[in-house]
Amino acid sequence: MSMLTRVGNDLYTGARSFDFVGKRVVWYSIGAAVIILAIAFTALRGGFVFGIEFRGGSEFRVTGSSAAIEGTAAATSIAVEAVDEVVTGANPRVSIVGGDSVRVQTEQLTPGETDELRAALADAYGVTQADVASSFIGATWGADITRQAVLALVVFLLFASVVMALYFRTWKMAVAAIVALFHDLIITTGVYGVLGLEITPAAVIGFLTILGYSLYDTVVVFDKVRENTSEDGVESRRTFAQSVNLAVNQTLVRSINTSVVAVLPTAAILFIGSLLLGAGTLRDIALALFIGTLVGTYSSIFLAAPLYVHLRENEPEVKKQGARQKAARPESGAVR
Amino acid sequence: MARSTPERNAIRSLVWLLVIIVGLIAANGASVLFNNGQWTPKLALDLEGGTQIILAPQLASGDQVDQEQLEQAVSIIRQRVDAGGVSEAEINTQGGENIVVAIPGVPDPATIERIQSSAKLEFRPVLLADLASNQILDDPEATDEDSADGDETDEAATDDEAAEGETAEPTPSASPTDASDPAWITEELQREFDTFECSSLDVVGANVAPVDEPLVTCEADGSIKYILGPVEVEGEAIADARSGLIASSTGVTTNEFGVFIDFNEEGTAQFREVTERLVSLTGIRNQFAIVLDGRVISAPRTISAITDGSPQISGNFTQESAQVLADQLKFGALPLGFEVQSSENITATLGLSQLQSGIIAGLIGIALVIGYALIQYRALGGVIIASLVIAGIVTYLIITYLSNQQGYRLSLAGVAGLIISIGVIADSFIVYFERIRDELRDGRRLDGAVEAGWKRAFRTILISDVINFIAAAVLFVLAVGNVRGFAFTLGITTIVDLVIVALFTHPMMQLLGRTRFFGDGHPLSGLDPKALGAVYRGRAQFRQPQSVPAVKRASSSREAQRRQTIAERKAAEARGEGEDAR
Repeated sequence: MSMLTRVGNDLYTGARSFDFVGKRVVWYSIGAAVIILAIAFTALRGGFVFGIEFRGGSEFRVTGSSAAIEGTAAATSIAVEAVDEVVTGANPRVSIVGGDSVRVQTEQLTPGETDELRAALADAYGVTQADVASSFIGATWGADITRQAVLALVVFLLFASVVMALYFRTWKMAVAAIVALFHDLIITTGVYGVLGLEITPAAVIGFLTILGYSLYDTVVVFDKVRENTSEDGVESRRTFAQSVNLAVNQTLVRSINTSVVAVLPTAAILFIGSLLLGAGTLRDIALALFIGTLVGTYSSIFLAAPLYVHLRENEPEVKKQGARQKAARPESGAVR
Repeated sequence: MARSTPERNAIRSLVWLLVIIVGLIAANGASVLFNNGQWTPKLALDLEGGTQIILAPQLASGDQVDQEQLEQAVSIIRQRVDAGGVSEAEINTQGGENIVVAIPGVPDPATIERIQSSAKLEFRPVLLADLASNQILDDPEATDEDSADGDETDEAATDDEAAEGETAEPTPSASPTDASDPAWITEELQREFDTFECSSLDVVGANVAPVDEPLVTCEADGSIKYILGPVEVEGEAIADARSGLIASSTGVTTNEFGVFIDFNEEGTAQFREVTERLVSLTGIRNQFAIVLDGRVISAPRTISAITDGSPQISGNFTQESAQVLADQLKFGALPLGFEVQSSENITATLGLSQLQSGIIAGLIGIALVIGYALIQYRALGGVIIASLVIAGIVTYLIITYLSNQQGYRLSLAGVAGLIISIGVIADSFIVYFERIRDELRDGRRLDGAVEAGWKRAFRTILISDVINFIAAAVLFVLAVGNVRGFAFTLGITTIVDLVIVALFTHPMMQLLGRTRFFGDGHPLSGLDPKALGAVYRGRAQFRQPQSVPAVKRASSSREAQRRQTIAERKAAEARGEGEDAR
């Protein structure tokens, strides 16, 4: 049996236990610190870097050019020259993507200029015009995407909260889960801000998908929490906090396994995406998801569960139970 | 052979799954045989190469476009793209306000420009008409009427008059005094008219003219060509248009379909002026042409002057053709232009390399997941692999079917969604297997653990899949661009996940639980109770609550938290008994 299974046994029986709930102040502090750092660094960098889809402009992509392999400098000078031929002062942004293709971004060009530049780039890089892809994005497109994304976020949160509150029969779980979700979202976008990665619509898909994943992970943990706390009932020998902590410990292996399994395909896309394709749909979705999945797993365990305890702790029922435990078994300790 | 219930249930579930798969294969086979379907999903432009243009309709007044207008806009654009001779263009609405035009290859700027231009509906008087060359009219079509009483003319009449019109060609002398003045027809225009081919209507720019100039054009079906006077009423003047049964002068509804137009105030005045003049004219010049995007969609005769701004057009309409004309009038009248939001051109080589990369990434992802599953779950990993394979087959069949039936196209983001879903699907198995292990740890036999584990795991899987599905659905409905492709595959696979876990994974576990390999907890089975720290206690054995030695401790609240849990007691108990057993 693998080591994880043995750890799983110990965690399940309680032979080994991590104090997730008890040390919650530590986790809260870490979470808050990371969030503050993410925001601060992003602000210092001057905010997020938005992809061309948000800025508007024209983009060209030359595939299979030998110049791309020679290096950015060579490729850039070729591109600048070609662009200058067609439009003066266009100030192109050139980058190498995925090894053998060059991406040239300019301000918005007219259809005529676009065609000319395609031809010029094909010429300059010694490829046929069929190897030059072009796209053009209107400036309002980005605003559109952003608006829709925000709308999607709000609608999703609403739906998800209602479903969770109904399923768990307590709105406090929904609140805890949603706080954890925001934590994930802020940190993931924060990584983009701190590293200065371009935020593209594909990355936004990634962010929005994190919503689903983050909740998914929290739900798996909370399901066990609910089971433990409701099964215990009045007869419980544990305090509420202990029940929750045991649930988190018992689902730890499950959490780790599901997260690893979720991260593996994402990592594969990320790897292939960056290696073969460079910046693009695949890499952008995968990067956001990769970070989001890891952060999401962390937050389910370290934030959502302790937060739930925090929210319930002061309920009279829960308090009474805790007091009863103390009174009934004041001297009990671990027998290990 | 005494079969237990779980076993029968398991086999029933597997049979259902088989039925679903066979059904999907049959449905796909049917579309391949009868509907030009394919066994592979169609690819979106980012994988196949081509141009995708996203257009946002622009209303002059800045109003929001409603769904009906959007549908009409799609059909307007479809006509324009088809007119450009582009084949296999896909035109869809997206997100309730955008129109996505996907065209193979690179469209010429003229096509794009035409797609963008606003639909223009205008009323022009007919100056001259003729049969289009080499065309024979066999089916008389719509003509006109007025609001009060309705006789109808048909195109046979138009033909006679057309011939008449041509012979009785007036000689242009002075400058024209009104829109119906034959003086508009200059020699040059006459020559253009004589050589005009209706087939050239599809050529860009062949049928446009400024509003104050005459226009040479054809009936939309290419049957008749016209010289039309300057624009007299613009489409914007139409307040509404609908189709319906015509009422006779006595108010009795006839069986005849007609089209009813309502002009706004300005349109009413203009239209009255036009009809007052036209009604006094004879022959071809009695007709006015309704021109949409440079084509004559109808050229009714004027029977009387329309003073109330509510003309009606009658003729040999069917319910459908009346509806079409009414829609054309209503929506063509909207000064609906389109703004290009984004235009993306992907070369075929780039598309192919992206598809390949996607497939490679998917394969690596599957390999990693399978590897991890085998390490963590030993032989159970085999169940995960089998489940993934079945899920893959079902997903593939569904996507191919939708591609054939609904025109779904797999995009790069869609491929990403599929790869991500490998993890989501595998997640469910892990939730289930960990549950079974938990039950084994509690000392259940495997068959019991499978049933008890399933009950609890399914609830968890269900709620998490619901959450995932909500995320996918919200993204699909609200988000724009390639988000939809991603959300779509993610949503599909979430449903597939539920089906597979219920109809395959669980039944397989029920059946495997009967085998000696799994049932006796072979060390490689992944379900070895010993390794899981549990020992079978026997059915009738009750566990006595273990009395905790009253060890006095200077207990702090931290200590209190480490008080023994039920699970701890179980463990202690299990350990004790385990030792006894040894």
